[in-house]
Amino acid sequence: MKQYAYYPGCSLESLAKDYQLSTKEVARALDLELKEIEDWNCCGATAYFPVDEMLAYTLVARNLAIAEKTGLTDFVAPCSACFKNAYYTNAYLKKDPDLAEHINFALEEDHLHVDGKLNVRHLIEVILEDVGLEEIKTKAVHPLKGLRVAPYYGCQLLRPRKDHENVENPRFFEELLSAIGAEPLEYSSKARCCGASLIITNRRAALEMVRILLKDAIDHEADVIATTCPMCNVNLEVYQNQVNQEFGTQYSIPVMYFTQLMGMALNIPSRRLGITKEPVPKAQVPVPS
Amino acid sequence: MTDQFEPTVIGFTCNWCSYRAADTAGTARMKYAPNIRLIRLMCSGRLDPTFVFKAFADGADGVLISGCHPGDCHYVEQNFKALRRFILMKRVLVQMGVEPGRLKLLWASAAEGAMFAAEINKFVEEIRKLGPLNWGKDEGGRMKDEISSFITHPSSFGEEVPA
Amino acid sequence: MTERIGVYVCHCGTNIAGVVDVVEVSKWAGEKLAANGVVISRDYKFMCSSLGQELIQKDIQELGLTRVVVAACSPHLHEATFRNACKQAGLNPYLCELVSIREQDSWVHTDKVAATEKAKAIIAGGVARVAHHEALEPLRVPIHPDTLVVGGGIAGIQAALEVADAGFHVYLVEREPSIGGHMAQFDKTFPTLDCSACILTPKMVQVGSHPNITLLTWSEVTKVDGYVGNFVVTINKKARYIKTEDCTGCGICWEKCPWKVVDEVFEAGLGNRKAVYTPFPQAVPKYPVIDAPNCAYFLKGTCKACEKFCPTGAIDFNQKDETISVPVGNIILATGYDLFDAKRIPQYGYGRFDNVYTNLEFERLCNAAGPTSGNIVLRDGKTVPKTVGIVHCVGSRDENYNIYCSSICCMQSLKFAHLVHERTGAEVYNFYIDMRTPSKGYEEFYRRLLDEGTHFVRGKVAEISDFARLPEEEGKLIVQVEDTLIGKQRRIPVDMVILSAGMQPRHDAKEVGKLFGIACSADGWYIERHPKLDPVATMTEGVFIAGCVQGPKDIPASVAQGAGAAARVLGKIQQKEISLEPVRASVDEQKCSGCRICNDLCPFGAILFHEDRMVSEVNPALCQGCGTCVAACPAGAMSGTVFSNEQILSQIEGLLLLTVNGKKAEAVTA
Repeated sequence: MKQYAYYPGCSLESLAKDYQLSTKEVARALDLELKEIEDWNCCGATAYFPVDEMLAYTLVARNLAIAEKTGLTDFVAPCSACFKNAYYTNAYLKKDPDLAEHINFALEEDHLHVDGKLNVRHLIEVILEDVGLEEIKTKAVHPLKGLRVAPYYGCQLLRPRKDHENVENPRFFEELLSAIGAEPLEYSSKARCCGASLIITNRRAALEMVRILLKDAIDHEADVIATTCPMCNVNLEVYQNQVNQEFGTQYSIPVMYFTQLMGMALNIPSRRLGITKEPVPKAQVPVPS
Repeated sequence: MTDQFEPTVIGFTCNWCSYRAADTAGTARMKYAPNIRLIRLMCSGRLDPTFVFKAFADGADGVLISGCHPGDCHYVEQNFKALRRFILMKRVLVQMGVEPGRLKLLWASAAEGAMFAAEINKFVEEIRKLGPLNWGKDEGGRMKDEISSFITHPSSFGEEVPA
Repeated sequence: MTERIGVYVCHCGTNIAGVVDVVEVSKWAGEKLAANGVVISRDYKFMCSSLGQELIQKDIQELGLTRVVVAACSPHLHEATFRNACKQAGLNPYLCELVSIREQDSWVHTDKVAATEKAKAIIAGGVARVAHHEALEPLRVPIHPDTLVVGGGIAGIQAALEVADAGFHVYLVEREPSIGGHMAQFDKTFPTLDCSACILTPKMVQVGSHPNITLLTWSEVTKVDGYVGNFVVTINKKARYIKTEDCTGCGICWEKCPWKVVDEVFEAGLGNRKAVYTPFPQAVPKYPVIDAPNCAYFLKGTCKACEKFCPTGAIDFNQKDETISVPVGNIILATGYDLFDAKRIPQYGYGRFDNVYTNLEFERLCNAAGPTSGNIVLRDGKTVPKTVGIVHCVGSRDENYNIYCSSICCMQSLKFAHLVHERTGAEVYNFYIDMRTPSKGYEEFYRRLLDEGTHFVRGKVAEISDFARLPEEEGKLIVQVEDTLIGKQRRIPVDMVILSAGMQPRHDAKEVGKLFGIACSADGWYIERHPKLDPVATMTEGVFIAGCVQGPKDIPASVAQGAGAAARVLGKIQQKEISLEPVRASVDEQKCSGCRICNDLCPFGAILFHEDRMVSEVNPALCQGCGTCVAACPAGAMSGTVFSNEQILSQIEGLLLLTVNGKKAEAVTA
């Protein structure tokens, strides 16, 4: 069983407990051992970097340093924002000795040291590459036949992948959904930003971004939107009512983590996937028989 | 010129790719270390191992052999012959007590002026780190003389070397 | 020292003199190398000027020089110049050595002291080497008067006609069933808007009926042997399954053929053809080919409709590929370009959205002979677009794809804008990065388009999507672009998008280049001998290039290059024989032990072995002068002119005369 240094990130402890639950269930079912790193801290999210870049990198680097200490080679984050921050920080540490020196100077206070030698990966990447579509297909004993899923990549999952993935028109999420028997649909907005933390600072602008995503998915007759990030999930799900109020629309579409959909296909009871814990209407999820 | 060791490097280039790479670097005014002096051959396959040993015996600290990329040889596949001789020469150098890192093989196409210049810089630095070619006290000195003696040719530069 | 050597150091204006202390170098050579035979050393502003050359010639005559060393630019530039100067003064040209202190010294170094010392070392190497030079005569070989032209596009057609009209025989080889190339697919040509077929077809017919042209379509060159003047080319004539001597080109076979195939080549996937077909009605030659992988008879063993109906019995299902080989003296490569694959830019939606077209598709769409009879309609086959967006620089001038400018797309896009406007009255948006209209009549055409009311948006298109944000965007393709002239993001809904995909080298350009012994640049286009002064010749003697194989260009430029390459070939043919550098290997039979090591090393089969005398001999006509055998001969029996052991060993000594700091070199024996 391959082991991974697992970094859940703050959201999975609170807002996205369902993501945490389903991630752990799916990992177990797929024989992935996620070893949560000790005493981790916030990744800085989207907010800290514009405020103080150096401190933000140091914040992320602390997590990387703790992970490096475990001796594991792969650092896995289920949240796209955490993933992006860790990926970039790790890459810059390798590339920029000056930055590495500054960061290590700060980390010394904590008796930590970071080299930037980790392989930083998003959970979906690990599942696709280390488990593989064939294995998933075999284990998906309860394929989600006929379920029209809008694979929503968001932006932060893709940007760091620039060096090895087609960021403009990625296909891997679709492939994963097909492997669990669902019907991934083609729509233009799959890699657009969800508005992220703009929802706090410029509500209307962010709602407009959410509206675009909801409309595109609903226009393409999606049953459910699948996400890979707690931030995207929240924006798309929790703000549906506000979008409806603001724009006079009638949108109501369930939003689920890809791990929850995978868990359904792997025949894990929905309670253990946190499906009952969602804040917005679940009734519409047409759980296929 | 500072006090640091300035190695002398002889570079053998082929007429079609690597000498033209040097021309390309020149035309584009790309800068590289002045430690290298190039000799043009028609093909890297023309490289007689004698040339390399002669260069070392006469005071070169490093020797670069450079030809067309495999498959691009103007003479079909003669650069592969250079590759074979290169591997052999490295072994001989080790036996002679000379660091094999003083001999480098580089494939360069006519378009790769920038790469050629960068590789020269890299090689000169590597040789600088190795220091002057030291033939050793007794064994090496004898070896050097032997090399000089088996390379027989009418020398135009006898002992009367101008300063 | 018996040789009397003259050393000439060139300033090259400030190109050399700006970094190398040429006066000092010249003085040093005159004094310190006197013991090595240097009797005179001079420096001069421009050695390659006629005054500079006269300087050398005067010294040869007055001082009785027997050897000349010129320290100037790369021998690839001026070796011939100085050899010629020596020859005119009565000195054998091969007794002159040009050493480079420009490309290999002043241009690449900044440290003036080190560069000056290096120049001295380089000259010392040249002086040491030149003493061992031999007087040589260039080898003269006859030139076969026939010419091979590869590629039947407009550049190849022009080249073939020029050579054939001059009275020499041409083999024109084309991979497709008909000549015509990309130009045959176009509708109109910019900027005059004359019909492409109307100006091309007469030339194609001329080629087809020319007594001096052997037209080999549906054929490919598989092997090239020999060298300039004496190539032997092997050509594979693919089976046409048509007896061309009986076929009249009446067209009954393709009328009767029941199998439709999507025509990916000529119709760019927009239209169909039959399994037996000519790509277009004006095809030259008029004979069709049977597309065996798509023919019912070859797939299932029945049908033979074409054979049944052919009035002259010209169908032959048993035809096999045929290999011929022809001797030619010169070769012109005009194999053209491939269109950039627009699918590589997924955000432009080509392949995802029906109404995103490539430029080649659009050419077929607006061509009267094309699949829609020239009606500009959407993919549904009936709706006329009301707004059309034309995206320039697709895959060109883009670091992610090709960095170069494809040079024709601006004008082509303007032409499209005009045609759309004229035929549909639609609103047209051109999205450009920079407008590049540099040739005769091109800028005028651009102005005409401005007057016609085409919208020009300066900015690189970010994305084309079908996602409507606003009611007026519903059902449209939305072009997201930053209008950099007004500094605003814009979303422009259109019905149809045309992507002006750029040109790129043929997918097999590298392999084809290898076949003919020429190289591709980093971009993949074939490298010309000189980018400015010799754009149609290559580094391989006797192999010329014309048209887009050398780089993206429009029709007039391709025609000019085709004619230019033909003129170069005719020049060679008229010389009747060619001089080759006398760089050759030879065997000293006295020393040869008959070990035959050299025999297998030669890739040209130039070394024969005399069983009776047990010695090897080099055939100078086949020897290319690489020198591998010279390096390999264990007996030292093999020697090579111009690059002899003595020359190179001496050059090594000379080069190592001085260290980098200008001190006398000596090996460390501590």
